[in-house]
Amino acid sequence: MKRQGIAEALRDGIAEEMMRDSSVFCIGEDIGVPGGWGGAFTVTLGLSEKFPGRIIDTPIAELGFTGMAVGAAMMGMRPIADMQYGDFLFLASDQLINNAAKMRYMSGGTIKVPMVMRAPIGATGRGSQHAQSMERYFTGVPGLKVVAVSTAYDAKGMLKAAVRDDNPVMIFEHKLLYGSKGARAEPGAVDATSDIPDEDYVVPLDRAVVRREGKHVTILGWLLMAHFAAQAAEQLAQEGIEAEVIDVRSLSPIDYETIGASLRKTGRVVIVEEGPKTGGVSAEIAAGIMEHCGDSLQAPVVRVASPDVPVPFSPILENAYRPDVARIVAAARSLAQM
Amino acid sequence: MKTTSAPGAAPATATHRDRASLLGLYERIVLIREFEERVKFLFLEGTMPGTIHQCQGQEATAVGVCSALQPGDYITSTFRGHGHALAKGLSVQELLDELFGATTGCCKGKGGSMHMGNMDKGMVPGIAIVAGGIPLAAGMALAFKMQKKPQVVACFFGDGAVAEGAFHEGVNMAAIWNLPVVLVCENNLYGASTHIGKVMKNPKISDRAASYGFRGETVDGNDVLAVLAAAERAVAECRAGKGPVLLELLTYRRTGHSRRDACHYQPKDEREAWFARDPITRFAEVLLARPDVKQADLDAIKAKIDAEIQTAVVNAQKAPQPTLANLTEDVFA
Ligand SMILES: Cc1ncc(C[n+]2csc(CCOP(=O)(O)OP(=O)(O)O)c2C)c(N)n1
Ligand SMILES: [Mg+2]
Repeated sequence: MKRQGIAEALRDGIAEEMMRDSSVFCIGEDIGVPGGWGGAFTVTLGLSEKFPGRIIDTPIAELGFTGMAVGAAMMGMRPIADMQYGDFLFLASDQLINNAAKMRYMSGGTIKVPMVMRAPIGATGRGSQHAQSMERYFTGVPGLKVVAVSTAYDAKGMLKAAVRDDNPVMIFEHKLLYGSKGARAEPGAVDATSDIPDEDYVVPLDRAVVRREGKHVTILGWLLMAHFAAQAAEQLAQEGIEAEVIDVRSLSPIDYETIGASLRKTGRVVIVEEGPKTGGVSAEIAAGIMEHCGDSLQAPVVRVASPDVPVPFSPILENAYRPDVARIVAAARSLAQM
Repeated sequence: MKTTSAPGAAPATATHRDRASLLGLYERIVLIREFEERVKFLFLEGTMPGTIHQCQGQEATAVGVCSALQPGDYITSTFRGHGHALAKGLSVQELLDELFGATTGCCKGKGGSMHMGNMDKGMVPGIAIVAGGIPLAAGMALAFKMQKKPQVVACFFGDGAVAEGAFHEGVNMAAIWNLPVVLVCENNLYGASTHIGKVMKNPKISDRAASYGFRGETVDGNDVLAVLAAAERAVAECRAGKGPVLLELLTYRRTGHSRRDACHYQPKDEREAWFARDPITRFAEVLLARPDVKQADLDAIKAKIDAEIQTAVVNAQKAPQPTLANLTEDVFA
C-alpha cells in the first residue's frame, strides 16, 4: 500500500499495463521527450526510458495521432493516447466519433478498437481555449465509453480497465486533481490522493460510487465537482442535513442502479457539473433519473452548473463561473427543506 | 544557420533606413524584452494569475513583421502573443491590465495572456489552438479580396503548427485564391518541448510554400532588419494580388515554453549559441556602428521604457476588476 496522487497512480498503471502486455503503447505530444515533462501534467514522466520505442512523441497533430491510435488498435495494438488539453479533442473528434466509435458497428461486429484516450479538463486560469469540460461532447456518442476519474485509486483502476477493454474508452482527468503539491501543482488544486494497493486491481467502467452516505439529499458530481460535493456535505452535516454524495464517475454508460438506490432513500437530488448547464451531462442524468426512478423523487431535480458562457480568464469571473461549495450547499439546503 | 533571401533582396544593413526609424525599431524590441521580463517577475512572484507563454529572444520577428504593415492591416497571433501585440501597437497598459484580469484590459479581462488582441489596432485575439489562426487568417484575406480592400493579414504561427491539418487546409486555399496573407512561421526549433528534428523530415519550413505553388523564404529571424525587409517584400506582393507568401523566421526562445518550464530539453551549447545571437544585442551593434548613434541614446530608450512599464504595473495592480454582471455579457453580438 502506498499513498499516491492521480498523476503517479496513472503513471504506475500505465507502466504496469505496458509491462503486462507488449501491445500497449502511449502516443501523444511531449510525452516522452528527454529533459521534458512527461506530458503536460507529468503522467508519463520517466516512462520513455523504461519502455524505449513505446512512448511515441508525435508532431502537433491531434487528428493524425488519434487516427493512428485507431488504426493501430484495429491491428491488435492497445494504444493509450494522450490529449495534452481536453480542448484539443475537437481537432481529434472526427477520428474518435466517425472512426473509433463506429468501426465495430459498421463492420458488422468484426473489428475491435481497443484504445484509450486520456484528456485533462477544467477551468484553471488559462482562458477559454484551455478550460472546457469536454465530457459532454462524447457521452452521447454510441460506441464510446466515457469515464471521469476523481481519485488516484479510481484513476489507476479505471485506466487498467480501459486498457483491457476491447472498445474505445475516453478517460477524463481534471487539471486541479493531478496533485496538490510539488512543482506542477496549480493554485486551487485539491487533494485527490488515495491509498493504492500493491496488488493489481481494476475499477469497472460502468459503476458509480457512493462517497458518503446520507438520507436527506443526494448530491451527484464527478471530477472536481465530486470533491466539492463532498466538501459541501461536510458543511451540510453541521446544519443537520445528511447528504449522500455519489461520484458518478462512469459518464457513459451511467449507473442508474447506484443512483436509483440512493434516490429511493433521499427522494431529492442535486446534480453538479462544472461545464455550462445547457446540453450538459447533468441534463442527460436528470432525464435518466426521471425514466429510471422518477417515482422516488419527492422534489424536482436541481442542477448546479456553470452559466452558458465560455470560460472567462479573469480569476474573479472564473471563480464565479465554476460551481463552488457554497452554491452546492445552498442548492442542497433549499432542496432538503422542500 | 542557413539564410536564404529572395533574389535582389536588400542586404540587412542599416544603411538605407533613417536614424529615427531605426531607433523606433530598437525601442519596440527593447519594449517587448523589458515587458516580458517584468511579466515573468510578476508571474513568478505570484502576483499575476493564470499561465504565460513568453517570447524573450523572438522580439525581432514580431517587430520586423508588424513594422512592414499599415495601421489598417491585421495580424493573427497565438498563445505566445505579448510581443506581437506590442509590435502591432497595443499599449503596455492594456496588456498588463488584461494580464491582471481587469476590465480595462484589451479583452476586458476575459481573454488573458493567451488571447491578447484589440481589433481597433488590427490584432485578432490570440488563438491558443496551434494552427487555429491559419484558416482564420486566410478567411480574413478572402474577405479583403471579396471586398476589394487593399488590406493584408499577417498570420503568426510556430514551427509546431506546420504539422497540423489546419496548416495544410488554410495554406492551400490561400494559395489557390492568391489571398493577401503573409504566413509568418516563427521557427524557434521547438514546439513545446519537442525539437523540430523529431517531428519533421524536411526541417526547412519555407520549402513547403513551393509545394502549394507560391513563394517562401527563410530569414534570420534574429535580425530585425532582415525580417523587416522580407516582410516589406511579402506585404507588397500580397497587396499586388500575388499572395500568399510564407516567411520562415529562424529564432530561438530564451525562456520556458510556459510557466516554470526549465527548458532541460534544450542542450546547453545550443542555448549558448543562440544567446550569442540575441536580436537586441545584435541590433544594438548595428546601430552603434553608425556615427549618429551613441550608447547613451540606447540607454535613454531603455530608461524611458522601464519608467513606462513601472507606471503601467502600478496602474494595472489597481485597475478595476470585473463584477458578476460582466460574466454573462459579450457572449452574443
Ligand atoms: C491544437 C493544439 N495542440 C496542442 C497545443 C498545446 N501546445 C501549446 S503551445 C504548443 C507548442 C507550439 O509550438 P510552436 O507552434 O512551435 O510554437 P512556439 O511554442 O514555439 O511558439 C503546444 C503543443 C495547443 N495549444 N493546441
Ligand atoms: Mg516553436
